[in-house]
Amino acid sequence: MASKPTAPGMEAAMKVIDPHIHMVSRTTDDYLALAYGGIHTISEPSFWPGFDRCGVAGFHDYFHQLTVIEPARAARFKIRHFCWIGLNAKEAENTVLGEEVLAILPQYLDRPTTLGIGEVGLNKNSRNEITMFERHVELAAQRDELLMVHTPHLEDKLKGTRIIMAILSNEPRIAPSRVLIDHAEEHTIAEIKAGGYWFGLTLYPDSKGSPARAVDAIETFGAEQICINSSADWSVSDPTATLKTANEMRRRGHSEALITKIFFDNPAGFLGQSPKFSVA
Amino acid sequence: MNITSQIPIPLSSSQILDMSFLENRARLLEMAAFLDRIERSANADAGKLDFRYQALINGIRLLLDRSDAGRTTAIQISFSDQTTEPIADANGLKAHGAWNGGGNESH
Repeated sequence: MASKPTAPGMEAAMKVIDPHIHMVSRTTDDYLALAYGGIHTISEPSFWPGFDRCGVAGFHDYFHQLTVIEPARAARFKIRHFCWIGLNAKEAENTVLGEEVLAILPQYLDRPTTLGIGEVGLNKNSRNEITMFERHVELAAQRDELLMVHTPHLEDKLKGTRIIMAILSNEPRIAPSRVLIDHAEEHTIAEIKAGGYWFGLTLYPDSKGSPARAVDAIETFGAEQICINSSADWSVSDPTATLKTANEMRRRGHSEALITKIFFDNPAGFLGQSPKFSVA
Repeated sequence: MNITSQIPIPLSSSQILDMSFLENRARLLEMAAFLDRIERSANADAGKLDFRYQALINGIRLLLDRSDAGRTTAIQISFSDQTTEPIADANGLKAHGAWNGGGNESH
């Protein structure tokens, strides 16, 4: 697809969707930075707050924050905010609490800005994590929900990604095209893509990927089924990492059409499978 | 593994070097200084037996031995737990960046 010619200095403003960002942990300055950079549509999966919650009431509060408070906060900056609801694998060892959380998910999945179940998956590849992930997959299948899947960190990623894909492939009601397997890296991308799933690349310079390595992955594995995200949260992370990666593509001489596909068309394609999704 | 680009890099090798040589030179020096720092430490021999140190040295060997475009994937796999069985309990466990062989998981 050829880009429309534009006069120098009159290029259209870049539009970016960040499909994975934890804005409850970020400041209003970060919202301003997103808006200034052209990130006007975001989706925020449920995650671990850095400590284990002591009861289901904490999840009620968090899911209320994700479905009511954060969309309103984002709207002040003309940013459209969507979310995903689920129990993160970091809190899956307590299966009693996990079952209580699973029981309250439907009321939040029904809310108008909730796109699906996520981020759920594995963290250290334990038996209880697997049980809780299977319960979420069953719920997704029953409700025909999109899934955003968290893969383990670092040395646990390869094993966990394979277990996750084995669980998903055992559920015929889940179409791979309705699943994004996130935090993929060089050693897991090929298998995820071969399974027909979307894959996410997360931009953390120390523990995941850098803009340069993300662009290497685009060049190596192609531009299909890929979404790039900042996953910015309460730890070392950068809410404008997607913009920096787009700039790395530009530095290397990639076309604006390809950049738009990676940072706008692809996430819109995955998220747009939910009828609740629309771009700002 | 033969890795080819699905999307051609729009840069020549000399352009890539022009763009990124200095930052990668700096990264190499940082790694050398890191290994030197361990060498100068009070218990250097113990540090060099640590699974993370061993994993890093193994990764450096892979970096030198590979001549194709599969270095990154090979090093990622070398850091990975390649077993298939779930662990019994994840309470208090964290990722280290290299697999310790399954024993003495840190809490």
